[in-house]
Amino acid sequence: MIRSDCPAIEARGLYAAYQDQPVLSDVSLSLPQGEWTAIIGPNGAGKSTLFNLLIGNLVPLRGELRVFNEPVALHRRAGHIAYMAQRENMEWDFPISVRETVMTGRFGLMRADPLWRRLLPRRWWHPSHMAAIDAALEAVDMTAFAKRPIGALSGGQKKRVLLARALAQQARILLLDEPLAGVDSPSESLILDVLDRERQSGRTVVMVTHDLPSTRRYADQVLLINRVVVGAGSPADMLDNAMLARLALG
Amino acid sequence: MSLEGWSHAVVDTLIALLMMVVSWLPETLAAPFDYHFMQRALLTSVLVGAICGMLSCYVVLKRWSLLGDAISHAVLPGVAVAYLLGWPFFIGAFITGALTSLGIGAIERHTRIKSDAAMGLMFTGAFALGIVIISKIATNTHLMHILFGNVLGVQQTALLLTLTAGLVALLSIWLAYRPLLLYTFDPQQAQALGFHTGAIHYGLILLLTLTIVASLETVGIILVVAMLITPGATAHLLTDRFPVMMAISVTVGVVSAIVGLWLSVTLDVASGGTIVLVATSFFFLALLAAPRHGLVIRQLKRWMAGQAQSAAPSPNISKSSSRPMAVSTKRPESL
Repeated sequence: MIRSDCPAIEARGLYAAYQDQPVLSDVSLSLPQGEWTAIIGPNGAGKSTLFNLLIGNLVPLRGELRVFNEPVALHRRAGHIAYMAQRENMEWDFPISVRETVMTGRFGLMRADPLWRRLLPRRWWHPSHMAAIDAALEAVDMTAFAKRPIGALSGGQKKRVLLARALAQQARILLLDEPLAGVDSPSESLILDVLDRERQSGRTVVMVTHDLPSTRRYADQVLLINRVVVGAGSPADMLDNAMLARLALG
Repeated sequence: MSLEGWSHAVVDTLIALLMMVVSWLPETLAAPFDYHFMQRALLTSVLVGAICGMLSCYVVLKRWSLLGDAISHAVLPGVAVAYLLGWPFFIGAFITGALTSLGIGAIERHTRIKSDAAMGLMFTGAFALGIVIISKIATNTHLMHILFGNVLGVQQTALLLTLTAGLVALLSIWLAYRPLLLYTFDPQQAQALGFHTGAIHYGLILLLTLTIVASLETVGIILVVAMLITPGATAHLLTDRFPVMMAISVTVGVVSAIVGLWLSVTLDVASGGTIVLVATSFFFLALLAAPRHGLVIRQLKRWMAGQAQSAAPSPNISKSSSRPMAVSTKRPESL
């Protein structure tokens, strides 16, 4: 049972490195449940590394990372953590449609279904999966594109599909790695509106971003990272010139 | 009935089923299949075509072509050692194939050597070891059969191995369809959803090794690489849906096997090579005539865009209008 008063994500003395190249040192943070946190920092500051630790792509050298005051792996398996990657890492040539891409967001949750359902084609899947997939496509306004191959989409549409995949998971925590990068302004406002609604329905939103105006407007908390935690607090306190100068210096 | 009795009965039933299909063919086409060894060759080829076709989709989409090449070559010393010790050859083949793929992974992860060099280094080393051992113990005919296949002389044990491998591959892909699909498409997401990506990775490599070992007698270890790449690559040109790709790939594998076998007997040329050549022809046919990704349609679209461009009065729109017509087949380099 998840208690409502414990932090969604908590790190204590976290160290991480890629092949002897230190990226994060002594990072401690606490992100409360139901809030929108923006993680801001220069390139190579370890923002995505933090996500890689959370999704299990990287193992910390030292320190502790917990989700809802429990081991992260537990909540990964339970489907509580949805992750939206930067689209550069994706295989857009893959023979898969928009709808099927969003479906993959449910694959983790389907492990809980009875075996016979899992071995049959999607017509026999539990109706809740299809409902979540349809709702997610609708939320990002991509229903009309459901049958298109993903490779045929524009940059902003691709981002929206990846967001839909994360939404379809109906997870408690949404991790978004630069959801606004390379997106035109209608897609940008759509994505921000969707995330705002998710936060209002009680989900925890964590977003790596370079976009300061949207952060000022939407985020509850800002975390400044440059290999170490430079600061954490309200957008008004963190995004002033003095703090941003300290962030750039590291 | 004993296990052996059962397996013979299964093989006989499958051959009988195949011969029912063959009997519908015109006499001139069906004639070579009157011989029992041809019927066995046909069943083996069909099975190999189907298994390779299935695995081929994963190999092509996961960019494992070179890894398939590596494992198939690495199988050779295993065959040689098994021959020395009097073991069934597929046990040795499986062990060295799996060891090499583990070795490649270890070099990649723990040294600064990149994956293509790691693969090239490991498989040529293993292959050389195999050649040296075989040159000491067996004749050149043996070596030729292992390298290029000997489907017309396929033994009952090899046929049963191929059948078992086919069933294992089919069952694994069915049971693990979604994890495999997600891992092939987006391994990072699979990790984030709590799937055991390491287990999926090595499971897929084991399946690949099994397929290669099962194809050894039919097309041989050199040409099996073609059967692991060509059907999937052909199917990738023809569709944008994964299940359809799988179906096309299996069809290309099976049809190439049948047509290649028939042609090789009729023309009296090497079977393995002919099967691969038929598959390659399918690829080039698809490359030319595929409905969306084919060269002809792309050229036609470019030409039509050119027509529209010369008809358009304003030069500054024409510049941008010709661009979106070119379909990019490039993939991002990093994963």
